[in-house]
Amino acid sequence: MAAIDRAKIFAAIIGFWLPASLIAAVLPEERADTMYHSYSGGGVTIDGPSILVRKNVGNKLSLSANYYVDMISGASIDVQATASRYSEQRDEFSLGADYLVDKTTMSLNYTNSSESDYQAETVGFGIAQDFFGDLSTLSMRVSFGSDDVMRNGDEDFLEQAEHRRYSIGWSQILTQKLIAELSVETVADEGFLNNPYRSVRYLDPNAGSGFSYQAELYPTTRNSDAVALRAKYRLPYRAAVKSEYRRYADSWGISADNLELRYTHPLEQENVILEGKLRFYKQSGADFYSDLFPYLNATNFRARDKELSDFTSTAIGIGASYLLPDRWSLFDRKNTVNLYWDYVMFDYDNFHDVRVHDGDSAYLPGEEPAYSFNAHVVRLFWSVWF
Amino acid sequence: MAKRALLLLPLFLLLGGCETLMPEPWVKPYERHYLADPIMSFERDPVAAGYMNHVYEAREAARGAEGGSGGGCGCN
Repeated sequence: MAAIDRAKIFAAIIGFWLPASLIAAVLPEERADTMYHSYSGGGVTIDGPSILVRKNVGNKLSLSANYYVDMISGASIDVQATASRYSEQRDEFSLGADYLVDKTTMSLNYTNSSESDYQAETVGFGIAQDFFGDLSTLSMRVSFGSDDVMRNGDEDFLEQAEHRRYSIGWSQILTQKLIAELSVETVADEGFLNNPYRSVRYLDPNAGSGFSYQAELYPTTRNSDAVALRAKYRLPYRAAVKSEYRRYADSWGISADNLELRYTHPLEQENVILEGKLRFYKQSGADFYSDLFPYLNATNFRARDKELSDFTSTAIGIGASYLLPDRWSLFDRKNTVNLYWDYVMFDYDNFHDVRVHDGDSAYLPGEEPAYSFNAHVVRLFWSVWF
Repeated sequence: MAKRALLLLPLFLLLGGCETLMPEPWVKPYERHYLADPIMSFERDPVAAGYMNHVYEAREAARGAEGGSGGGCGCN
Protein backbone atom coordinates (compact mmCIF):
# COMPACT_ATOMS: atom_id res chain seq x y z
CA MET A 1 0.00 0.00 0.00
CA ALA A 2 2.76 2.39 0.96
CA ALA A 3 4.58 1.47 -2.25
CA ILE A 4 1.47 2.30 -4.26
CA ASP A 5 1.11 5.65 -2.50
CA ARG A 6 4.73 6.49 -3.21
CA ALA A 7 4.19 5.59 -6.88
CA LYS A 8 1.14 7.86 -7.00
CA ILE A 9 3.02 10.74 -5.40
CA PHE A 10 5.95 10.25 -7.81
CA ALA A 11 3.58 10.18 -10.78
CA ALA A 12 1.84 13.30 -9.48
CA ILE A 13 5.19 15.10 -9.22
CA ILE A 14 6.08 14.05 -12.77
CA GLY A 15 2.68 15.22 -13.90
CA PHE A 16 3.27 18.56 -12.23
CA TRP A 17 6.61 19.13 -13.92
CA LEU A 18 5.54 18.00 -17.40
CA PRO A 19 3.27 20.84 -18.44
CA ALA A 20 1.85 19.19 -21.54
CA SER A 21 -1.59 20.42 -22.47
CA LEU A 22 -2.84 16.95 -21.54
CA ILE A 23 -2.32 17.69 -17.86
CA ALA A 24 -4.30 20.92 -17.65
CA ALA A 25 -4.81 24.15 -19.48
CA VAL A 26 -1.36 25.64 -19.93
CA LEU A 27 0.22 28.17 -22.24
CA PRO A 28 2.13 26.82 -25.26
CA GLU A 29 5.84 26.08 -24.85
CA GLU A 30 8.27 28.98 -24.99
CA ARG A 31 10.58 28.17 -27.85
CA ALA A 32 12.17 29.43 -31.05
CA ASP A 33 12.27 27.39 -34.26
CA THR A 34 14.36 28.21 -37.30
CA MET A 35 13.48 26.08 -40.29
CA TYR A 36 14.60 25.63 -43.87
CA HIS A 37 11.82 24.07 -45.93
CA SER A 38 11.90 22.78 -49.47
CA TYR A 39 9.33 21.32 -51.84
CA SER A 40 10.71 20.03 -55.11
CA GLY A 41 8.70 18.22 -57.77
CA GLY A 42 6.77 18.63 -61.00
CA GLY A 43 9.41 21.01 -62.38
CA VAL A 44 9.06 23.44 -59.46
CA THR A 45 11.18 24.11 -56.40
CA ILE A 46 9.66 26.12 -53.56
CA ASP A 47 11.90 26.71 -50.59
CA GLY A 48 12.75 29.27 -47.95
CA PRO A 49 12.99 29.93 -44.23
CA SER A 50 10.41 29.93 -41.48
CA ILE A 51 11.16 31.41 -38.07
CA LEU A 52 8.71 30.96 -35.21
CA VAL A 53 9.28 32.52 -31.77
CA ARG A 54 6.96 32.10 -28.80
CA LYS A 55 7.48 33.81 -25.44
CA ASN A 56 5.44 34.34 -22.31
CA VAL A 57 4.67 37.71 -20.76
CA GLY A 58 3.87 36.98 -17.16
CA ASN A 59 2.20 33.66 -16.51
CA LYS A 60 -1.06 34.23 -18.37
CA LEU A 61 -0.05 35.63 -21.74
CA SER A 62 1.92 33.97 -24.53
CA LEU A 63 2.97 35.90 -27.64
CA SER A 64 4.13 34.39 -30.91
CA ALA A 65 5.57 35.68 -34.16
CA ASN A 66 6.28 33.83 -37.39
CA TYR A 67 8.10 34.91 -40.53
CA TYR A 68 7.72 32.54 -43.44
CA VAL A 69 8.98 32.73 -47.03
CA ASP A 70 8.16 30.68 -50.15
CA MET A 71 10.68 31.22 -52.96
CA ILE A 72 9.44 29.73 -56.19
CA SER A 73 11.64 28.75 -59.11
CA GLY A 74 11.22 26.54 -62.16
CA ALA A 75 8.18 25.92 -64.31
CA SER A 76 5.25 23.67 -63.50
CA ILE A 77 3.42 21.69 -66.17
CA ASP A 78 0.88 24.54 -66.45
CA VAL A 79 3.66 27.02 -67.15
CA GLN A 80 5.25 24.70 -69.68
CA ALA A 81 1.94 24.11 -71.46
CA THR A 82 0.54 27.64 -71.63
CA ALA A 83 3.46 29.91 -70.67
CA SER A 84 1.55 31.38 -67.72
CA ARG A 85 3.68 32.51 -64.80
CA TYR A 86 3.59 32.68 -61.04
CA SER A 87 5.10 35.12 -58.58
CA GLU A 88 8.62 34.34 -57.43
CA GLN A 89 8.26 34.93 -53.71
CA ARG A 90 5.62 34.92 -51.01
CA ASP A 91 6.30 36.53 -47.64
CA GLU A 92 4.10 35.77 -44.67
CA PHE A 93 4.08 37.44 -41.24
CA SER A 94 1.96 36.17 -38.36
CA LEU A 95 1.42 37.50 -34.85
CA GLY A 96 -0.47 35.66 -32.16
CA ALA A 97 -1.46 36.02 -28.53
CA ASP A 98 -2.79 33.35 -26.18
CA TYR A 99 -4.35 34.35 -22.87
CA LEU A 100 -4.94 31.79 -20.15
CA VAL A 101 -7.64 32.23 -17.50
CA ASP A 102 -8.11 29.27 -15.21
CA LYS A 103 -8.94 26.43 -17.62
CA THR A 104 -9.75 28.63 -20.59
CA THR A 105 -7.32 29.72 -23.27
CA MET A 106 -8.29 32.54 -25.63
CA SER A 107 -6.22 33.25 -28.69
CA LEU A 108 -6.03 36.01 -31.26
CA ASN A 109 -3.90 35.94 -34.37
CA TYR A 110 -3.18 37.99 -37.45
CA THR A 111 -1.49 36.87 -40.67
CA ASN A 112 -0.35 38.93 -43.63
CA SER A 113 0.73 37.19 -46.82
CA SER A 114 2.25 39.13 -49.69
CA GLU A 115 3.16 38.20 -53.27
CA SER A 116 3.68 40.46 -56.28
CA ASP A 117 0.19 39.49 -57.49
CA TYR A 118 -1.59 38.38 -54.29
CA GLN A 119 -2.17 40.06 -50.92
CA ALA A 120 -3.95 38.27 -48.10
CA GLU A 121 -4.84 39.26 -44.55
CA THR A 122 -6.40 36.92 -42.00
CA VAL A 123 -7.58 37.51 -38.44
CA GLY A 124 -8.65 34.68 -36.19
CA PHE A 125 -10.07 34.19 -32.71
CA GLY A 126 -10.10 30.93 -30.80
CA ILE A 127 -11.16 29.66 -27.40
CA ALA A 128 -10.33 26.37 -25.70
CA GLN A 129 -11.76 25.03 -22.46
CA ASP A 130 -10.55 22.08 -20.39
CA PHE A 131 -13.13 20.26 -18.33
CA PHE A 132 -14.16 16.89 -16.92
CA GLY A 133 -11.07 16.60 -14.72
CA ASP A 134 -8.99 17.87 -17.65
CA LEU A 135 -9.77 14.72 -19.63
CA SER A 136 -11.63 16.74 -22.25
CA THR A 137 -10.80 19.90 -24.18
CA LEU A 138 -13.32 21.70 -26.33
CA SER A 139 -11.94 24.28 -28.73
CA MET A 140 -13.56 26.64 -31.20
CA ARG A 141 -11.99 28.94 -33.73
CA VAL A 142 -13.24 31.45 -36.27
CA SER A 143 -11.19 33.31 -38.83
CA PHE A 144 -11.80 35.84 -41.55
CA GLY A 145 -9.52 36.36 -44.52
CA SER A 146 -9.58 39.07 -47.16
CA ASP A 147 -7.50 38.77 -50.35
CA ASP A 148 -6.59 41.08 -53.21
CA VAL A 149 -5.94 39.14 -56.41
CA MET A 150 -3.84 40.83 -59.08
CA ARG A 151 -2.31 39.80 -62.37
CA ASN A 152 1.28 40.63 -63.23
CA GLY A 153 1.50 42.51 -66.51
CA ASP A 154 -2.10 43.75 -66.27
CA GLU A 155 -2.32 46.93 -64.20
CA ASP A 156 -6.12 47.11 -64.49
CA PHE A 157 -6.76 43.67 -63.05
CA LEU A 158 -7.84 43.68 -59.38
CA GLU A 159 -10.26 41.22 -57.79
CA GLN A 160 -11.23 40.36 -54.22
CA ALA A 161 -11.86 37.16 -52.32
CA GLU A 162 -13.01 36.50 -48.75
CA HIS A 163 -12.64 33.38 -46.64
CA ARG A 164 -14.47 32.49 -43.45
CA ARG A 165 -13.43 29.47 -41.42
CA TYR A 166 -15.27 27.95 -38.45
CA SER A 167 -13.80 25.00 -36.57
CA ILE A 168 -14.63 22.96 -33.51
CA GLY A 169 -12.37 20.41 -31.89
CA TRP A 170 -12.94 17.90 -29.12
CA SER A 171 -9.91 16.29 -27.57
CA GLN A 172 -10.47 13.39 -25.18
CA ILE A 173 -8.17 11.32 -23.01
CA LEU A 174 -9.63 7.83 -23.29
CA THR A 175 -7.19 5.72 -21.29
CA GLN A 176 -3.79 6.17 -19.67
CA LYS A 177 -2.25 5.44 -23.09
CA LEU A 178 -4.80 6.68 -25.60
CA ILE A 179 -5.92 10.13 -26.63
CA ALA A 180 -8.29 11.00 -29.47
CA GLU A 181 -9.42 14.18 -31.15
CA LEU A 182 -12.38 15.00 -33.35
CA SER A 183 -12.12 18.11 -35.57
CA VAL A 184 -14.79 19.66 -37.73
CA GLU A 185 -14.23 22.68 -39.95
CA THR A 186 -16.42 24.62 -42.35
CA VAL A 187 -14.90 27.05 -44.83
CA ALA A 188 -16.88 29.56 -46.89
CA ASP A 189 -15.15 31.38 -49.75
CA GLU A 190 -16.58 34.21 -51.76
CA GLY A 191 -15.15 36.28 -54.61
CA PHE A 192 -12.55 35.64 -57.28
CA LEU A 193 -11.42 32.10 -56.54
CA ASN A 194 -9.59 30.99 -59.66
CA ASN A 195 -6.03 31.55 -60.73
CA PRO A 196 -6.00 34.52 -63.15
CA TYR A 197 -3.28 32.96 -65.30
CA ARG A 198 -4.53 29.40 -65.77
CA SER A 199 -6.40 28.22 -68.84
CA VAL A 200 -8.62 25.35 -69.85
CA ARG A 201 -8.30 23.65 -73.21
CA TYR A 202 -11.07 22.81 -75.65
CA LEU A 203 -11.31 20.93 -78.92
CA ASP A 204 -10.59 23.24 -81.84
CA PRO A 205 -10.46 21.69 -85.31
CA ASN A 206 -8.82 24.86 -86.64
CA ALA A 207 -5.79 24.52 -84.34
CA GLY A 208 -2.79 22.50 -85.49
CA SER A 209 -2.74 20.42 -82.31
CA GLY A 210 -6.53 19.97 -82.41
CA PHE A 211 -7.16 22.08 -79.28
CA SER A 212 -6.94 25.68 -78.06
CA TYR A 213 -6.97 27.41 -74.67
CA GLN A 214 -9.32 29.87 -72.96
CA ALA A 215 -9.28 31.40 -69.47
CA GLU A 216 -10.60 29.45 -66.49
CA LEU A 217 -13.87 30.56 -64.91
CA TYR A 218 -14.84 29.39 -61.41
CA PRO A 219 -17.99 29.96 -59.35
CA THR A 220 -17.68 32.91 -56.95
CA THR A 221 -18.64 30.90 -53.88
CA ARG A 222 -17.33 27.71 -52.37
CA ASN A 223 -18.44 26.03 -49.15
CA SER A 224 -16.61 23.07 -47.73
CA ASP A 225 -16.88 20.76 -44.74
CA ALA A 226 -14.15 18.58 -43.32
CA VAL A 227 -14.25 16.18 -40.41
CA ALA A 228 -11.18 14.48 -39.01
CA LEU A 229 -10.65 11.88 -36.33
CA ARG A 230 -7.16 11.31 -34.99
CA ALA A 231 -5.84 9.16 -32.20
CA LYS A 232 -2.49 8.57 -30.56
CA TYR A 233 -1.62 5.43 -28.67
CA ARG A 234 1.37 4.72 -26.45
CA LEU A 235 2.74 1.25 -27.18
CA PRO A 236 3.76 -1.16 -24.37
CA TYR A 237 7.36 0.04 -24.85
CA ARG A 238 8.27 3.75 -25.20
CA ALA A 239 6.94 4.48 -28.68
CA ALA A 240 3.71 5.86 -30.09
CA VAL A 241 1.48 5.36 -33.11
CA LYS A 242 -0.80 8.00 -34.57
CA SER A 243 -3.65 7.43 -36.95
CA GLU A 244 -5.72 10.06 -38.64
CA TYR A 245 -8.63 9.96 -41.04
CA ARG A 246 -10.26 12.95 -42.70
CA ARG A 247 -13.32 13.19 -44.91
CA TYR A 248 -13.87 16.29 -47.04
CA ALA A 249 -16.68 17.49 -49.32
CA ASP A 250 -17.52 20.85 -50.89
CA SER A 251 -20.10 22.66 -53.00
CA TRP A 252 -17.93 22.30 -56.12
CA GLY A 253 -18.58 18.56 -56.09
CA ILE A 254 -15.13 17.68 -54.74
CA SER A 255 -14.88 14.93 -52.17
CA ALA A 256 -11.71 13.58 -50.63
CA ASP A 257 -10.45 11.14 -48.03
CA ASN A 258 -7.07 10.90 -46.46
CA LEU A 259 -5.52 8.49 -44.01
CA GLU A 260 -2.25 8.94 -42.16
CA LEU A 261 -0.33 6.51 -40.00
CA ARG A 262 2.70 7.61 -38.03
CA TYR A 263 5.16 5.80 -35.78
CA THR A 264 7.35 7.61 -33.26
CA HIS A 265 10.28 5.77 -31.69
CA PRO A 266 12.76 7.36 -29.27
CA LEU A 267 16.31 6.02 -28.93
CA GLU A 268 16.93 7.17 -25.38
CA GLN A 269 20.65 6.37 -25.23
CA GLU A 270 21.32 8.38 -28.39
CA ASN A 271 18.96 11.30 -27.54
CA VAL A 272 17.19 10.71 -30.84
CA ILE A 273 13.49 10.45 -31.70
CA LEU A 274 12.81 8.67 -34.98
CA GLU A 275 9.59 9.00 -36.91
CA GLY A 276 8.09 7.27 -39.93
CA LYS A 277 4.80 7.94 -41.66
CA LEU A 278 2.53 6.85 -44.47
CA ARG A 279 -0.20 9.03 -45.92
CA PHE A 280 -2.82 8.25 -48.53
CA TYR A 281 -5.00 10.86 -50.19
CA LYS A 282 -7.72 10.40 -52.80
CA GLN A 283 -10.08 12.95 -54.28
CA SER A 284 -12.80 13.10 -56.89
CA GLY A 285 -12.67 16.33 -58.85
CA ALA A 286 -14.86 19.38 -59.25
CA ASP A 287 -18.07 19.19 -61.31
CA PHE A 288 -16.76 21.86 -63.67
CA TYR A 289 -13.32 20.31 -64.13
CA SER A 290 -12.41 18.87 -67.51
CA ASP A 291 -9.12 18.03 -69.10
CA LEU A 292 -10.58 18.85 -72.52
CA PHE A 293 -13.83 20.74 -73.08
CA PRO A 294 -15.74 19.88 -76.28
CA TYR A 295 -15.81 23.46 -77.62
CA LEU A 296 -15.28 27.13 -76.67
CA ASN A 297 -17.46 28.29 -73.72
CA ALA A 298 -18.86 24.78 -73.43
CA THR A 299 -19.98 25.20 -69.79
CA ASN A 300 -20.91 28.03 -67.41
CA PHE A 301 -17.86 27.30 -65.25
CA ARG A 302 -14.65 25.68 -66.34
CA ALA A 303 -11.41 24.56 -64.72
CA ARG A 304 -8.35 22.62 -65.75
CA ASP A 305 -6.44 22.96 -62.50
CA LYS A 306 -4.95 19.56 -61.70
CA GLU A 307 -5.66 20.21 -57.99
CA LEU A 308 -9.38 20.06 -58.93
CA SER A 309 -9.09 16.80 -60.94
CA ASP A 310 -9.51 13.18 -59.86
CA PHE A 311 -6.22 12.05 -58.36
CA THR A 312 -4.47 10.14 -55.62
CA SER A 313 -1.31 10.93 -53.74
CA THR A 314 0.76 8.65 -51.57
CA ALA A 315 3.41 9.94 -49.21
CA ILE A 316 6.09 8.21 -47.21
CA GLY A 317 8.09 10.16 -44.69
CA ILE A 318 10.94 9.62 -42.29
CA GLY A 319 12.55 11.96 -39.84
CA ALA A 320 14.79 12.30 -36.83
CA SER A 321 15.01 14.75 -33.95
CA TYR A 322 18.32 14.96 -32.09
CA LEU A 323 18.56 16.47 -28.61
CA LEU A 324 21.91 18.25 -28.50
CA PRO A 325 24.21 17.31 -25.62
CA ASP A 326 24.79 20.00 -23.00
CA ARG A 327 28.22 20.97 -24.32
CA TRP A 328 26.70 21.96 -27.68
CA SER A 329 23.52 23.55 -26.37
CA LEU A 330 23.15 27.25 -26.90
CA PHE A 331 22.05 29.42 -23.98
CA ASP A 332 22.28 26.37 -21.67
CA ARG A 333 18.80 25.42 -22.84
CA LYS A 334 17.22 22.42 -24.47
CA ASN A 335 18.23 22.43 -28.14
CA THR A 336 17.21 20.03 -30.90
CA VAL A 337 18.11 19.68 -34.56
CA ASN A 338 15.55 17.97 -36.73
CA LEU A 339 15.44 16.61 -40.25
CA TYR A 340 12.32 15.27 -41.93
CA TRP A 341 12.00 14.04 -45.52
CA ASP A 342 8.74 13.20 -47.27
CA TYR A 343 8.39 11.63 -50.69
CA VAL A 344 5.01 12.28 -52.30
CA MET A 345 3.74 10.51 -55.43
CA PHE A 346 0.92 12.27 -57.31
CA ASP A 347 -1.06 10.24 -59.87
CA TYR A 348 -3.71 12.10 -61.87
CA ASP A 349 -6.59 10.16 -63.40
CA ASN A 350 -7.98 12.79 -65.77
CA PHE A 351 -5.27 15.41 -66.13
CA HIS A 352 -3.35 14.60 -69.28
CA ASP A 353 0.22 15.56 -70.14
CA VAL A 354 -0.14 17.89 -73.13
CA ARG A 355 3.63 18.34 -73.38
CA VAL A 356 3.63 15.29 -75.69
CA HIS A 357 2.42 17.68 -78.40
CA ASP A 358 5.63 19.72 -78.23
CA GLY A 359 7.23 17.60 -80.95
CA ASP A 360 5.58 15.53 -83.64
CA SER A 361 2.79 13.93 -81.67
CA ALA A 362 0.94 10.76 -82.51
CA TYR A 363 -1.57 11.46 -79.73
CA LEU A 364 -5.07 12.70 -80.41
CA PRO A 365 -6.36 15.45 -78.07
CA GLY A 366 -7.63 13.85 -74.86
CA GLU A 367 -5.66 10.64 -75.43
CA GLU A 368 -2.36 11.87 -74.05
CA PRO A 369 -0.88 9.89 -71.15
CA ALA A 370 -2.17 10.81 -67.68
CA TYR A 371 0.18 13.10 -65.77
CA SER A 372 2.05 12.01 -62.68
CA PHE A 373 5.01 13.34 -60.73
CA ASN A 374 6.90 12.80 -57.50
CA ALA A 375 7.93 15.46 -55.00
CA HIS A 376 10.54 15.67 -52.25
CA VAL A 377 9.58 17.67 -49.18
CA VAL A 378 12.34 18.53 -46.71
CA ARG A 379 12.09 20.19 -43.30
CA LEU A 380 15.37 20.97 -41.54
CA PHE A 381 15.06 22.95 -38.32
CA TRP A 382 16.73 23.92 -35.10
CA SER A 383 14.65 24.46 -31.99
CA VAL A 384 15.61 26.04 -28.68
CA TRP A 385 13.43 26.17 -25.58
CA PHE A 386 13.63 29.22 -23.33
CA MET B 1 -38.81 20.21 -32.28
CA ALA B 2 -37.45 23.37 -30.65
CA LYS B 3 -40.16 23.19 -27.95
CA ARG B 4 -39.25 19.60 -27.21
CA ALA B 5 -35.59 20.60 -26.83
CA LEU B 6 -36.62 23.38 -24.42
CA LEU B 7 -38.56 20.89 -22.32
CA LEU B 8 -35.40 18.80 -21.97
CA LEU B 9 -33.35 21.77 -20.77
CA PRO B 10 -34.32 21.51 -17.07
CA LEU B 11 -33.46 17.82 -17.19
CA PHE B 12 -29.94 18.58 -18.41
CA LEU B 13 -29.55 21.28 -15.75
CA LEU B 14 -30.65 18.77 -13.12
CA LEU B 15 -28.18 16.20 -14.40
CA GLY B 16 -25.42 18.79 -14.52
CA GLY B 17 -26.09 19.75 -10.91
CA CYS B 18 -26.33 16.18 -9.70
CA GLU B 19 -22.71 15.10 -9.68
CA THR B 20 -23.45 11.59 -8.49
CA LEU B 21 -25.03 10.83 -11.88
CA MET B 22 -22.01 12.09 -13.83
CA PRO B 23 -19.18 9.64 -14.49
CA GLU B 24 -15.97 10.31 -12.61
CA PRO B 25 -12.94 11.33 -14.68
CA TRP B 26 -11.45 7.87 -15.11
CA VAL B 27 -7.81 8.80 -15.76
CA LYS B 28 -6.48 10.60 -12.69
CA PRO B 29 -3.88 13.37 -12.98
CA TYR B 30 -1.22 11.07 -11.47
CA GLU B 31 -2.00 8.42 -14.09
CA ARG B 32 -1.08 10.63 -17.06
CA HIS B 33 2.69 10.18 -17.19
CA TYR B 34 2.47 8.22 -20.47
CA LEU B 35 0.29 10.95 -22.01
CA ALA B 36 2.64 13.69 -20.80
CA ASP B 37 5.55 12.18 -22.74
CA PRO B 38 6.37 14.56 -25.65
CA ILE B 39 6.14 11.64 -28.12
CA MET B 40 2.41 11.49 -27.30
CA SER B 41 1.55 14.95 -28.61
CA PHE B 42 -0.19 14.97 -31.99
CA GLU B 43 2.37 17.45 -33.32
CA ARG B 44 5.56 18.12 -31.34
CA ASP B 45 6.83 20.92 -33.57
CA PRO B 46 4.29 23.56 -34.66
CA VAL B 47 6.61 25.12 -37.25
CA ALA B 48 7.05 21.79 -39.05
CA ALA B 49 3.43 20.67 -38.77
CA GLY B 50 2.14 24.00 -40.06
CA TYR B 51 4.42 23.74 -43.08
CA MET B 52 3.16 20.26 -44.02
CA ASN B 53 -0.43 21.49 -43.82
CA HIS B 54 0.54 24.35 -46.13
CA VAL B 55 2.03 21.85 -48.63
CA TYR B 56 -1.09 19.67 -48.54
CA GLU B 57 -3.45 22.62 -48.86
CA ALA B 58 -1.54 23.98 -51.87
CA ARG B 59 -1.52 20.58 -53.68
CA GLU B 60 -4.90 19.14 -52.73
CA ALA B 61 -8.44 20.49 -52.94
CA ALA B 62 -9.32 19.39 -49.40
CA ARG B 63 -8.78 21.85 -46.56
CA GLY B 64 -9.68 22.20 -42.91
CA ALA B 65 -9.94 20.07 -39.74
CA GLU B 66 -6.15 19.82 -39.42
CA GLY B 67 -6.32 20.22 -35.65
CA GLY B 68 -4.17 22.73 -33.83
CA SER B 69 -1.76 23.40 -36.67
CA GLY B 70 -4.24 24.33 -39.41
CA GLY B 71 -5.72 27.65 -40.35
CA GLY B 72 -5.24 28.30 -44.06
CA CYS B 73 -2.25 29.45 -46.02
CA GLY B 74 -3.38 32.75 -47.57
CA CYS B 75 -2.04 31.72 -50.95
CA ASN B 76 -3.50 30.89 -54.33
